[in-house]
Amino acid sequence: MKIVVCIKQVPATTAEKRYTADLRLDRASAESVINPLDEYAIEQALRLAEAGAAESVAYLSMGPDSAAEALRRALAMGGDEAHLVTDDALAGADEWATAKVLAAALDKLGPDVTLMGMASDDARGSLVPGAVAALRGLPLLSYGSELSLADGSARIRRLTATGYDMIEAPLPVVATVTDQVGEPRYASLKGIMAAKRKPLETWSLGDIGVEGGSLRGAALTRVVEAKPPEAKPPTERVENVSADEAAAKIADWLAARKLI
Amino acid sequence: MTYRLTDEHEELRAIVRELAAEQIAPRAAAIDESAEFPWDLKELLAKQDLLGTCFEERHGGTALDTIGQTIVAEEIARADATTSLIPIVQKLGALPIQLAGTDEQKDRYLPRLASGEWLIAFALTEAAAGSDVASNRMRARLEGDCYVLNGSKRFITHGSVANVLTAFALTDPDAGGRKGMSGFIVETETPGFAVARVEHKMGIRGSPTAELTFDDVRVPVENRLGDEGDGFRIAMETLDRSRLSIAAQAVGIAQGAIDEAVRYAADRKQFGQRVADFQGIQFMLADMASQTEAARQLTYAAAARVDANASDLPYWTSSAKLVAGDTAMRVTTDAVQVLGGYGYITEYPVERMMRDAKITQLYEGTQQIQRLIIARQLLQRAGVGARTMDRSETTA
Repeated sequence: MKIVVCIKQVPATTAEKRYTADLRLDRASAESVINPLDEYAIEQALRLAEAGAAESVAYLSMGPDSAAEALRRALAMGGDEAHLVTDDALAGADEWATAKVLAAALDKLGPDVTLMGMASDDARGSLVPGAVAALRGLPLLSYGSELSLADGSARIRRLTATGYDMIEAPLPVVATVTDQVGEPRYASLKGIMAAKRKPLETWSLGDIGVEGGSLRGAALTRVVEAKPPEAKPPTERVENVSADEAAAKIADWLAARKLI
Repeated sequence: MTYRLTDEHEELRAIVRELAAEQIAPRAAAIDESAEFPWDLKELLAKQDLLGTCFEERHGGTALDTIGQTIVAEEIARADATTSLIPIVQKLGALPIQLAGTDEQKDRYLPRLASGEWLIAFALTEAAAGSDVASNRMRARLEGDCYVLNGSKRFITHGSVANVLTAFALTDPDAGGRKGMSGFIVETETPGFAVARVEHKMGIRGSPTAELTFDDVRVPVENRLGDEGDGFRIAMETLDRSRLSIAAQAVGIAQGAIDEAVRYAADRKQFGQRVADFQGIQFMLADMASQTEAARQLTYAAAARVDANASDLPYWTSSAKLVAGDTAMRVTTDAVQVLGGYGYITEYPVERMMRDAKITQLYEGTQQIQRLIIARQLLQRAGVGARTMDRSETTA
């Protein structure tokens, strides 16, 4: 049983995001981390390996050379090997191009389970897992709060508004997990030291059999505008009045907005 | 001799800082208030391999260089001084075994210390023998294949939570403390050993400081460290190295206080502007930061001397501890000043940091003892010798 966890390197959540002139995220300007939602996928994969349900855990990422740092950090948490697809032709890749590239790399790796986070912290398209599953003709088990493996099939538990669903599919599958799987572990010092000796392979598009031209400039979509959220109106404070007056004022305020 | 921080050092700092900020800092106020040893954080540090940094890989450690160990202590102390003592005392207690132990002693004890399965304490100080180590009185009498230990120790950090001690007792009382003292590895399960009390302290309140009593405690001969009479030398060589951890702790405490002061000054408004915009506050912050940076760099420079086993390493480790301890006291006091009334109440952490800082001027040699060590080395270097007191130190 082989699990490949797809991870993305993103700017730290707290970092101020800057954009280049053509509205791409300026990745050099901010500290980079493993997409926090991918850490849950890593944690899920490592728990399955520790429980003996999987023999190996590998990581796959598409990104610039610096994405190797994210893969190295993932290897420090656990797992066996990592693969980075990097190519100049991939600059500005959208979800479609990313999915095509990951699907081609996964064809080469042939995992039983491809595991991903539920979204990326920077773009939040949440399209790549579905697209990869479609391109590879595999079932998609999405938004699992837990993933289990048994008897040649994978099963996720998905929380719903009224309870949860259990969804099962025969292997191989693509699955995504949520932040309900449990807190991702910290890399231990020995883990960090061991990670330096684990294999980390870099592939170009040619290595995974993708023609640069087939990616149509790496994107079908185009970002036409990137704006910070509009500032909230200033907080209105009710001060220096009696409790009754304060309650009446707050009730009026809420009523004026049809909230009560 | 030069030193340089490597990419590995910076990576280590980043991971310890993240762990400390997310898991240790949020616990610091409660640890201080309850004055209870943070067993959960001891487990966390063990799991992350941060208690094994001073141990060889064959003993299950990660064998970081001394700068690496310094960075670990510094980053944990930045969040909580009490918790930083867990790896610091693990090293302090283990150093006598590392410096003077046999292979059998090392194989038996060091793996359990590196993994964090066992805690160790360094039992040297006595009620009447603080800075004046040579006036120690605890006895060790040879009886057959055992030494029988009688006496008491005081101000022993982790003494009440340790599974094993490196303890020092007179095997030849007539020869006195300097020549008649020997070191022993004492398991605290041994009959006759007892914790008489745990002190109530001003700072590092979650780190238990204990008075220990030994009533006919029988220690096998094979648990003696080095030869009879080596105890004083082993203890001093231990402190020459271990006090660097206190310098690191002091730098971390100071940095934690700077972080708080800067954050507060940037947020707090008075007279219609941020407190940080007042030059008087800026000058204070600048002094705090530059002095802490100087202490940090001196600590790293001393760490490089320890790794090189340089003959003048006491000069460097004492200088680092002296400068860093005084810096921590000054910087934390100034941090309280920057926060004003808010700095004096427990709602903000700087009053705790100020209380914690004080101990760095006291234990593992008071600042006055550090000056004696520095002066002695200085005069020896000048070829004029030093007419100071006997080589003496305090521990706690």
